[in-house]
Amino acid sequence: MNAMPETSFQNTAQHPRAGGHGTVLEIQDFSLWYGAQQALHGITLGIERGLVTALIGPSGCGKSTLLRCLNRMNDLVDGVRIRGRIVFDGQDIHAPGTDVIELRKRMGMVFQKPNPFPMSIFDNVCYPLRVDGVRKRSALEEVVERSLRAAALWDEVKDRLEDSALALSGGQQQRLCIARAIANEPEVLLMDEPCSALDPIATAKIEELIDRLAGRFTIVIVTHNMQQAARVSHNTAFMYLGRLIEYGDTETVFTVPRVEQTQEYITGRFG
Amino acid sequence: MLHEHTVKTYEEDLRNLKAKVQQLGRLASEQLERAMGCVTRPREEDCARVVRDDAELDRLEREIDADVLRILALRQPMAVDLREIVAALRIAVELERIGDLASNIAKRSAALEALPLVPPVGGLPDLGRQVGRRLERVLVALSRRDLEDAAEVWRNDSEIDQRYTAIFRETLTYMMEDPRTISAGIHLLFIAKNLERIGDHATNIAEMVGFLVTGREATGDRPKGDDSIEVSRALGPSRS
Repeated sequence: MNAMPETSFQNTAQHPRAGGHGTVLEIQDFSLWYGAQQALHGITLGIERGLVTALIGPSGCGKSTLLRCLNRMNDLVDGVRIRGRIVFDGQDIHAPGTDVIELRKRMGMVFQKPNPFPMSIFDNVCYPLRVDGVRKRSALEEVVERSLRAAALWDEVKDRLEDSALALSGGQQQRLCIARAIANEPEVLLMDEPCSALDPIATAKIEELIDRLAGRFTIVIVTHNMQQAARVSHNTAFMYLGRLIEYGDTETVFTVPRVEQTQEYITGRFG
Repeated sequence: MLHEHTVKTYEEDLRNLKAKVQQLGRLASEQLERAMGCVTRPREEDCARVVRDDAELDRLEREIDADVLRILALRQPMAVDLREIVAALRIAVELERIGDLASNIAKRSAALEALPLVPPVGGLPDLGRQVGRRLERVLVALSRRDLEDAAEVWRNDSEIDQRYTAIFRETLTYMMEDPRTISAGIHLLFIAKNLERIGDHATNIAEMVGFLVTGREATGDRPKGDDSIEVSRALGPSRS
């Protein structure tokens, strides 16, 4: 009953994909175990350069695990085993001799809860540069202003850069963390539920920011909020129980998903 | 088969919406049948009743409108649910229009009854039956979400168009032969046109069923068999 007679109804919905420039990250048949527990099952997925890719799925589906694999944050967890490859700009990120610190510099990360360092706004943003050994005040000032502007926070904090970052509101703190994450111009921005601790206005500001940063950066965002995934992303990957169920352009996934499980999840019929 | 929504009131909202669209479909179908009854046996009280009862269809359509707005605002529907809701909104408009056309047929039947000379055009009841079957068929396709049946309705619009063209030709001939039949002839033409348009609305609903099931819009030209313009050119007086 689902086969459409070709002669009468045809697909007119074409989804032009603006701003895509090939894949920057290739996840190839990637599996992961936490001890005996397999958390990811043979995920194959290409992240397109300059676009926003959303990872969605119910709790425990492996979306955050997958995100943390991209910059090898899971290396820090005991008993993790992996199989398969993640290729970033043509390089296998698990290849022997890979500089993990360098890898993480090229992939900025923003977490669920804003995590500013207990220091001034200024010092927070230029922290990654200082770690890199940049000492010149004028260079630091330039990066701080550029990053805060890019994170849409400049106007709100420009007169109090020396104040403690902890005095900012939750939404401002999260934008500060984004400013810090983009301060040394990473190629990819990984966001793990960046709005889940924020109110709707602060959420809207982050979403607007994601929109503005797309193109300059490749963004991978994990979100529980499906409307958010629909609003901010170009591509959406739906995961369930450690498997990639469906991956496609966001408009298709949210209007005419190919797989019934995706349909059940995004329409609120799951479980 | 999809499972039910986790939020039961959402499930109920959607079920009620579907039920209202089906009910509006039944009412439109009944109105058409009764309007055609007025064409064959025009009794004043019957005609008046069809016209009066059209208000119920209008009311139901407004109710569906309000429900759709509320569900969109409160539930942020996605995928098949979103299509279900958009289709309900559009189908309700089609059905309400069918009701208007049926009511107009009843009105014209009453007017015909008062005229002294009505051309004996025989094809109307047949056309009415054909259009009625078509409407019923598309409503069943809608309730079953049956793509094949909807596509079948969509493809077979040309028969109705051909029958309409035949009535047009016949009525025009009577009016040319005897100008006293013109008033009645015009009513007959409008009734035939209304029926043909109800057929078109059924086609639109068939397209909506396709959209609902597949998420795709119908494309390409609809099969057409309405040659009434050519007929009027051939039969009517030329300018030279």
